[in-house]
Amino acid sequence: MIELNQINKSFDGKQILFDISGKFEKGKTNLIIGASGTGKSVLLKCMVGLVQPDTGEVYYDGRDFTNGGKRLKTDVRREIGMLFQGGALFDSKNVEQNVKFPLDMLTKMPKDEKLDRVNTCLKMVGLENVNKKMPSEISGGMKKRVGIARAIVNNSRYLYCDEPNSGLDPQTSILIDNLIKEITEELDITTIVVTHDMNSVMEIGEFVMFMYKGKKLWEGNNETIFDCGVKELEDFIFANNLMRTVRKNR
Amino acid sequence: MFIGTLFARRETFRTYSKLTIDECIKIGYDSLFIIAIVSTFMGAVTTIQTAYNLVSPFIPDYVISLVVRDMTILEMSPTIMAIVFAGKVGSNIAGELGTMRITEQVDALEVMGINAASYLVLPKIVASLIMYPMLVVISAFLCILGGYLAGTMTEVITGAEYAYGLRFEFIPFTVQFALTKSLVFAYLVTSISAYKGFYTSGGALEVGQASTSAVTNSCIAILVADYLLAQIML
Repeated sequence: MIELNQINKSFDGKQILFDISGKFEKGKTNLIIGASGTGKSVLLKCMVGLVQPDTGEVYYDGRDFTNGGKRLKTDVRREIGMLFQGGALFDSKNVEQNVKFPLDMLTKMPKDEKLDRVNTCLKMVGLENVNKKMPSEISGGMKKRVGIARAIVNNSRYLYCDEPNSGLDPQTSILIDNLIKEITEELDITTIVVTHDMNSVMEIGEFVMFMYKGKKLWEGNNETIFDCGVKELEDFIFANNLMRTVRKNR
Repeated sequence: MFIGTLFARRETFRTYSKLTIDECIKIGYDSLFIIAIVSTFMGAVTTIQTAYNLVSPFIPDYVISLVVRDMTILEMSPTIMAIVFAGKVGSNIAGELGTMRITEQVDALEVMGINAASYLVLPKIVASLIMYPMLVVISAFLCILGGYLAGTMTEVITGAEYAYGLRFEFIPFTVQFALTKSLVFAYLVTSISAYKGFYTSGGALEVGQASTSAVTNSCIAILVADYLLAQIML
């Protein structure tokens, strides 16, 4: 479980996050949603330690990650897998080397075992026979899947996905969403997905936190979101006609 | 502070040794061609121009190669090559790290619990410190060879005179001075370029600016260090 306790963050005197608290449970796909510029990615960076919050704490299964020492931070980070918006695959390494990288750096596993693990993870994300391809030779959707494989290869306990559907076609988006949900359930990990895609919310939103102008305005799930009673969230959800139709048909 | 972060939370020696070998190839071997071309022509031009200026019959011809030797060892090979090195290797380092930063590859390393600065920059600095002095030695050799070829082919100096001039009143300390300069310049170019690239933010435009800034700042640092070293050591 990941817990946030009153996270505040400012950049150059401008406050970006206001007292964000919440709990993200294990085995569930947790979503942080909101329009662009609401501070979702900053919150995510605070949670993984890329940005230090001004006040507040992030707890990983009770461990105070924000105020913990370097050793604790390194230990926790080694349990985190993260899928970045653009995949963030290392350009100079092929698919296999990219996925194997955390194992090379963080474990003393024998070579054969590492290769088995890499192939298992690539199979899990539906990618086979692409081991020797370079990131520039594969599609955006494949890059995301390689990114997921790299994020879970080291038996991560916490999986973060930053806008996993950005730049993907609707079919591939659904594929990635389902893959994230399957992996979360199969590996029993805590997954947090930052997105502004309402399709993802409807597909995999077992827990949803809505952010608006740096504040948490609502939390619930994809069942209760249509009856949230929060104007800002309704404006966000029903920004497109499709969602209005979905509500009418319910 | 940046250099300090390179030594915090280090990875294993084996990781660094493999990366350093890769960097040695990229920084050293891949720079050989440009260094060879520039050095050979620089030596040739210095010989011709020195001969052109030495018109007095009282000055023996071997002075030409003596001038070429001292200019090569003291200044051209360590300093001028450092400018070339900054242009090739410095811009490459800043561009590579800048691109890694804006495409979140640096963040990916940090999230994995790896000290990205140490992992990416330390091998480059070590590789530069190993390879640049070697490039300077090769450059000096080619510069003097270029001078010999140009001098003998245009008949401004005979081969025997050229060889005599090279050995005449040679001070071995100049080689030590050149190698000291090469170590300082290699460190300056790599660390400045790595710093500029590592802290790039924004997009492609900023990566380009970081590369330009890396080369400009490296060149200024080389010239200042060159003056200070000459003042201190000579």
